Amino acid sequence: MNLLARYAESIFWMARYMERAENLARILDVHESFSRDTRGATNWFSIVQLNADEKDFFSRHDRPTAEAVIHYYMFDAQNSNSLLSMLRIARENARALRPWISTEMWTQINVFHNKLLEMSVKDVATQNLSKVCTWIKEECQTHTGITEGTFYRDQGWYFYQMGKYIERADQTTRLLDIKYHTLLPSPADVGSTLDASQWTTVLRSTAGYHAFRRVYPRGMSPTTVAGFMLYNEGFPRSVVMCVRQIDGVLTRMRSRYEMRGGSNAMERVDELLAALLSRPIEAVLRDGLHQYLDWVQLQLSGITTEIAQAFFGVDAPLAVQSQSQ
Amino acid sequence: MSVPEGKPSDLLSSYDPGLYFDELFGSMDLPAEHTALIRQRLSGLDFDELRRRAQDVERELYNLGITFIVYSEKDAVDRILPFDIIPRVISSKEWAHLEAGVTQRVAALNLFLHDIYHDQKILKDGIIPRDLVEGNHNFRPQMIGLDVPFNTYIHIMGTDLVRDRQGVFRVLEDNGRVPSGVSYVVENRHMMQRVFPDLLQDIGIRPVDNYGHKLLDAMMEIAPQGVDDPQVALLSPGTYNSAYFEHIFLAREMGVPLVEGRDLVVENDRVYMKTTNGLAPLHSIYRRLDDAFLDPRAFNPDSLLGVPGILEAYRKGNVALANAIGTGVADDKAVYCYVPRMIKYYLDQDPIIPNVDTRICREPDALQYTLDHLSELVVKPVGEAGGYGITIGPRASKAELEDCRAKLLADPSNYISQPVVDLSVCPTVTEDGIEPRHVDLRPFAITGKSTWVLPGGLSRVALKKGTLIVNSSQGGGSKDTWVLEGAA
Repeated sequence: MNLLARYAESIFWMARYMERAENLARILDVHESFSRDTRGATNWFSIVQLNADEKDFFSRHDRPTAEAVIHYYMFDAQNSNSLLSMLRIARENARALRPWISTEMWTQINVFHNKLLEMSVKDVATQNLSKVCTWIKEECQTHTGITEGTFYRDQGWYFYQMGKYIERADQTTRLLDIKYHTLLPSPADVGSTLDASQWTTVLRSTAGYHAFRRVYPRGMSPTTVAGFMLYNEGFPRSVVMCVRQIDGVLTRMRSRYEMRGGSNAMERVDELLAALLSRPIEAVLRDGLHQYLDWVQLQLSGITTEIAQAFFGVDAPLAVQSQSQ
Repeated sequence: MSVPEGKPSDLLSSYDPGLYFDELFGSMDLPAEHTALIRQRLSGLDFDELRRRAQDVERELYNLGITFIVYSEKDAVDRILPFDIIPRVISSKEWAHLEAGVTQRVAALNLFLHDIYHDQKILKDGIIPRDLVEGNHNFRPQMIGLDVPFNTYIHIMGTDLVRDRQGVFRVLEDNGRVPSGVSYVVENRHMMQRVFPDLLQDIGIRPVDNYGHKLLDAMMEIAPQGVDDPQVALLSPGTYNSAYFEHIFLAREMGVPLVEGRDLVVENDRVYMKTTNGLAPLHSIYRRLDDAFLDPRAFNPDSLLGVPGILEAYRKGNVALANAIGTGVADDKAVYCYVPRMIKYYLDQDPIIPNVDTRICREPDALQYTLDHLSELVVKPVGEAGGYGITIGPRASKAELEDCRAKLLADPSNYISQPVVDLSVCPTVTEDGIEPRHVDLRPFAITGKSTWVLPGGLSRVALKKGTLIVNSSQGGGSKDTWVLEGAA
């Protein structure tokens, strides 16, 4: 059966926003331990910096207090990067997709969104932040599970996976970037207890700590952690793993449905994968991790553009498929 | 928790329908013997238990997103259509009568539409004033001379019925453009099956869940000739339409895509869907979009919801539309008054279900009568839907009556008047216990080659005490409607 271009686009973005929400919940959850200064206070400002939201944030808040930042990233409907906004967008897409997705998928997103809508920053007094983030993460995982178990496997399923893996790859690069962007390690800190615990937190926020330990039973260095998160072939949130998934999904979809479009997207995915596999982590760190992550993000956004052009009908209508009858 | 059988209780003992015909009890002359078991089971229930079940339903409806959207000045809010868990019950005999009446009415209206867009015999014979038809803003000259499959124009019809004090069903209004509400019929039954299985058990209720299947059959029947496996779609104005849930529901039940105008394109007078793999032909469209928005080239040029060029594709016979373009002239409130004469004219039959006595204020005598009896009559504008603009004489204030009089005098042909029909009532769960509330009934008929009527229909209930207006936009709710099995 044909898939409406609009549905494909909505599926792609629904998947992305659910993935994005999960990652933001992960980031907020670990943030406290992430960015404590030497006196143990949490520097909430770094999270604003991380998202490059300074201008928007300060247009409505004087100071980056815990309450202000939490509200801004959880409940602020005007902030398009807040969890509430993400859920709203995911739900709007799901609403447009109700004829296509399973009732269970829709109902879960709808109820999740409505619950979030009823909460306020008072419900998330700082000591409960972790609990609320865990709940959000679990709701996102419930979505993933319901989708896996109920979403009919036709074209839509491929677009869902493409959206999810592109977003996940992107989020992993952002998470890695926090460590460098907000905590530029001073030479004195490298190798210190504080440094190690921060790297542990990065791994824990992606549920990768134990897997990492299995691969590297002894020691933990920026090189091994960054390398693990970028290139590990078994870690489900590593960038390489995600890009391989995108590659496979796109290839299988195009062949199964004999799709003419998408060759440019295919090329860009192959290029990105080749580039990722050709640079040792040492070289990346030497030349600057931040610049490298930026470049990866740019490639992912380029792939999204190509997918949109090939399948979402952003160009003039495609050629007539066949005359009827 | 199950319903205790046969234990008398207080639940219905103090119930008093007053002077109205009651759907569960009937009247002195027409006692509802067919509901005896249902009444007995309801009587055995505890009121709190009933309330708890009712709340369960409402939460479920909200979570499932079985909602319509209400727009306020600031934003759009999802609302459920309030649901009352005491069913409205129709005997098999009553239903046989209603089914025949609705079928007859659909046949007459389709014959009428074919006639006015072809030979116009009914106008030439002076049965209906010509200007009432040709001057109607829903009359579409583009349809003149065009043949549609099986001469069916109204493929989906919703007929609003009310029941007077004597228990006689009457037609209040025809809905032959884009009637809505059928999704609630099916979903209400699902809800009842979940929260009230003990009430339904062994009653023998005719099923309603094959509506989508019947609709798809009709959509396939009317598709252009020579297409092997016609592609059907439902055309919706989009997620912001208040009936969006129903559009989803019907698309899913039919297993066809829900499309919006922006998903479609017309090339060489053929309609295509924009898919991930290019354009794919579309043959049969259940459109939930008024004529005016359908084709910006032909009708309202400002419409962003429609599909430019679709009228021409339709005229060439390359795509089927349900309902046909131009059916609005048949469900007009002024034309309504002539339907009994239409039935006589085309079918040589008497109407099986009578109209409510109606006066057409464009006729001087009728206007005078209406002005003289304003405080006793219901005055309705002919062009409005959804219960808007109605003045109910006996309940209107002096100022409202004067306002109505001024409007009547300014534009008499925009109004009809009817006596207040004492809508029948049905026991309903309220804050203060089980109380009578007014109900109407909208059966749905599907017509391709032939007509099929969904057993039952949407029973809307006016939840506000004493009010007669059952529309969802005016605070109405709905009930499950049971048509009992059995020989007619």
